[in-house]
Amino acid sequence: MKKVITGNHAVSYGALLARSQVIAAYPITPQTQIVELLSEFCASGKLNAKFIKVESEHSAMTACIAASATGARTFTATSSHGLALMHEMLHWAAAARLPVVLANVNRAMGPGWSVWTDQNDSLSQRDLGWIQLYCESNQEVLDTTIQAFKIAEKVLLPVMVVLDAFVLSHTSEPVDIPEQTLVDKFLPPYDLKTKLDLSAAKSYGALTNPDHYFEIRYKIQKAHDEALHVIKDVDNDFYEHFGRKYGVVEAYRCEDAKVIVVTSGTISGTTRGVIDEMREQGRKVGMLKQKLLRPTPVDELRSILYKAQKIAVIDRNLSFGHSGIFAQEIKSTLYGLAGAPPIYDYVIGLGGRDVTPDDIREIIDNTFKAESPRDTIIWRGVRL
Amino acid sequence: MTEIRFHGRGGQGAVIASEILASALFAEGKAVQTFPEFGVERRGAPVQAFLRYDEKPILLRCKVYKPDHIIVLDPVLTKTVNITQGLKPGGWILLNSTQVPKNFRFEGFRMAIVDATSIAIKYRLGAKTAPIVNTAILGAFVKITNLTSLDHIIDGIKEYVPVKLEENIHATKEAYEMVRKI
Repeated sequence: MKKVITGNHAVSYGALLARSQVIAAYPITPQTQIVELLSEFCASGKLNAKFIKVESEHSAMTACIAASATGARTFTATSSHGLALMHEMLHWAAAARLPVVLANVNRAMGPGWSVWTDQNDSLSQRDLGWIQLYCESNQEVLDTTIQAFKIAEKVLLPVMVVLDAFVLSHTSEPVDIPEQTLVDKFLPPYDLKTKLDLSAAKSYGALTNPDHYFEIRYKIQKAHDEALHVIKDVDNDFYEHFGRKYGVVEAYRCEDAKVIVVTSGTISGTTRGVIDEMREQGRKVGMLKQKLLRPTPVDELRSILYKAQKIAVIDRNLSFGHSGIFAQEIKSTLYGLAGAPPIYDYVIGLGGRDVTPDDIREIIDNTFKAESPRDTIIWRGVRL
Repeated sequence: MTEIRFHGRGGQGAVIASEILASALFAEGKAVQTFPEFGVERRGAPVQAFLRYDEKPILLRCKVYKPDHIIVLDPVLTKTVNITQGLKPGGWILLNSTQVPKNFRFEGFRMAIVDATSIAIKYRLGAKTAPIVNTAILGAFVKITNLTSLDHIIDGIKEYVPVKLEENIHATKEAYEMVRKI
């Protein structure tokens, strides 16, 4: 059934159709509508889940961890400062190998106090062991939320589904909401092998001396290696069921492209339109949309980007004192490949400043013209 | 692609109006995208909502800068907000008002007015001091532009306006009849 819904509600429908069993959340703009609708589903009996109201995001993630440890399918949503407050327990969820699914609405960190979008909140949680998937449309948000549970439960890693504040969260557009029976076929109930069980009490999270800790970390890394394959398999399986797939990255009109623009999130949509227009003018330009940030889809990134003469990375984020974070990722991925193209890092749209087709055109034009990337960062739209 | 901008005040229902119109256009088989002005809504403060529709999927993910039409839910906004900013020549301005406000210039645009406030008060939509005019104004908009049918708007109202359904539908129909092209 196709319905015009917001990105936030696309998440709610995803968590509903996945038959989430425990939801623990604390409201925060611009995420609140996600858990608001889920709480209504719980109250009306449409969703048979335990909805746990908590006093903070730290508690929300703690409740999710405990629930997930019992084998329950567990979901939460947050944003910005809420995600930051969860930080300690985000580490825990990953290291405890719990398949919690979290939707994060990308909102800039304060101060200056902001409710608008940029990616610094989720990127600050990049190195914890969570899988991160960035979405471009409300349909992709819903589909990715359903996929996230399957991925998480197969590799026993938590998954973060990321969507842009307002540009997706509060924007309504047509979304195909799949039938419950079909989602049930795609995502059957799962059984956690080692789980909290009162009839067979065990101790969890105990002191781990240096004889054992290292191996736990090694196994998290191995799970990420495995996840790379699992995410692709789940996407293909999703396609078999629903006729839609997204890939870990998407190469858009990259064949024979001299310049490839690397994007994530909703900037991909705007860029797509500009690429179409420039292709009509005979400009050899393409786009690589990076959906999966962790684990890094190294082979896909290399095989697509390697052929370009120049790469423009659009970063709606910034690692202060260094550069845009996706640019760092792309640089390290291509490092060591002989003849790898130069990388231009454009930082744009922080704190929700609008990113327009004109911005994208200028970025592409500048990249075609530029000699070699001298500055670490090429700023777009800073008003001084 | 066609773009529409709604001007209203928090509480008048501009955002819901935009969603109802989007669902009506979607029912016509159009691709649609609608969003409020991104921010923190406050009752009584000027708000905007935006709507795009097209024959093909909408890729664009930025604000609307050059609308084809504008819908104004509060005539006082014409004094405080540059409501015709970016409006394309020949575009419709639909104003909730009994008359064209003094000194309001609309050369090069098409203009229509409807007294949605009186209609909303008549059907007790919202408080007398803060009537909810969104469903009425949509009836007027459909009449002047013919972009979608009144039936599709009414279907949208059924989906997005859970209270006083009959009253809202009456208000929509009445504004449809009463709107006046200037």
